[in-house]
Amino acid sequence: MEHYLNIFIRAVFIENMALAFFLGMCTFLAVSKKVDTALGLGLAVIVVQTITVPVNNLIYRYLLREGGLSWAGLDKIDLTFLGLICYIGVIAAIVQILEMVLDKHVPRLYAALGIFLPLITVNCMILGGSLFMVERSYDFTESLVFGLGSGTGWALAITALAGIRTRLNYSNIPAGLRGLGATFIVAGLMSLAFMAFSGIQL
Amino acid sequence: MADLRKTLFGPVFDNNPIALQILGICSALAVTTRLQTALVMSLAVIFVVACAGASVSLIRREIPESIRLIVQMTIIASLVIVVDQVIQAFLPEVSRQLSVFVGLIITNCIVLGRAEAFAMKNSVGQSFLDGIGNGLGYSLVLLLVATLRELFGSGSLFGVQVLSLAQAGGWYVSNGLMLLPPSAFFIIGLLIWALRGWKTEQVEERG
Repeated sequence: MEHYLNIFIRAVFIENMALAFFLGMCTFLAVSKKVDTALGLGLAVIVVQTITVPVNNLIYRYLLREGGLSWAGLDKIDLTFLGLICYIGVIAAIVQILEMVLDKHVPRLYAALGIFLPLITVNCMILGGSLFMVERSYDFTESLVFGLGSGTGWALAITALAGIRTRLNYSNIPAGLRGLGATFIVAGLMSLAFMAFSGIQL
Repeated sequence: MADLRKTLFGPVFDNNPIALQILGICSALAVTTRLQTALVMSLAVIFVVACAGASVSLIRREIPESIRLIVQMTIIASLVIVVDQVIQAFLPEVSRQLSVFVGLIITNCIVLGRAEAFAMKNSVGQSFLDGIGNGLGYSLVLLLVATLRELFGSGSLFGVQVLSLAQAGGWYVSNGLMLLPPSAFFIIGLLIWALRGWKTEQVEERG
């Protein structure tokens, strides 16, 4: 239990996807103008990330890695080079399925997430999560926890940034720094603040 | 001729993908602690953007509207796999440092953005040049940031010691912050400020 909690805390605070690995930056900077849209996107990311990372974990372990196909009697086959194309396919498919399921059964949530769902396919943070899962060779439960944690960390970061940016509107910033420039500096300061968590071990 | 030059060099300063279009920042920051990794990453991105633009443009009339994103993603993913395998084979050291970020070129918005916005409407040659131009704009920022971070962070360029470090009996006390993630944000923020001070038409309206 402690081990899983440790992975979760690490993924949320210490190795925050947005602030320590710079993943999902494009959306992080572009969609953080208002708090409620940022929160909606954050929730969508948590849901998608929690599903895709474990699914890609199964695909990696039982189809792609060397010896993974041994259940089918094929011991020597190593398909890891197909990884990238498989993961992105899985992510696109899951986002599509999730969109249809939500539309049919939970229309309110579907309306709230709106255009953010399809956008998530090209969010590098989702693919990055799957790639980190492979690199760190997590097992199924670990990847589930990691998916949830990294999604939560990203959502936390984008919501916080959106909160700060709404306040920034009232300040007097030099012309050239207005908008994108100031957002970068703020993100840098946030990242500096998050570094205070480093070294925490449960 | 002027058109071609505009296609090639427009994205470098006037319409820089990172500084103005907010595209492809994800990987731009993580690989810039050292100049060598940044250079390999830049070359990889230029190759993928240019080839993806040319291939998408080549079959743009055959792609059905409804599945065009999947077709584009497949082309891009195949190109990235080629790049990834080449880097792993010939530069195993760099490949380890770049870790997942080569794979993340797939979701680099520059690649898909140019395929979708430019290559779907323009000829093969123009799309190829546009790809190179955007790749160059991306590389310019990447290499600038990497130069600053490596020079001030560890006193070296391409791993060659330029400023002699205090730890080794020299005079330069290295700035550890430069090797940490926040410095990348600060440097890009300041770069954008400098660029907009020079090209004032890029300044944003007050929101």
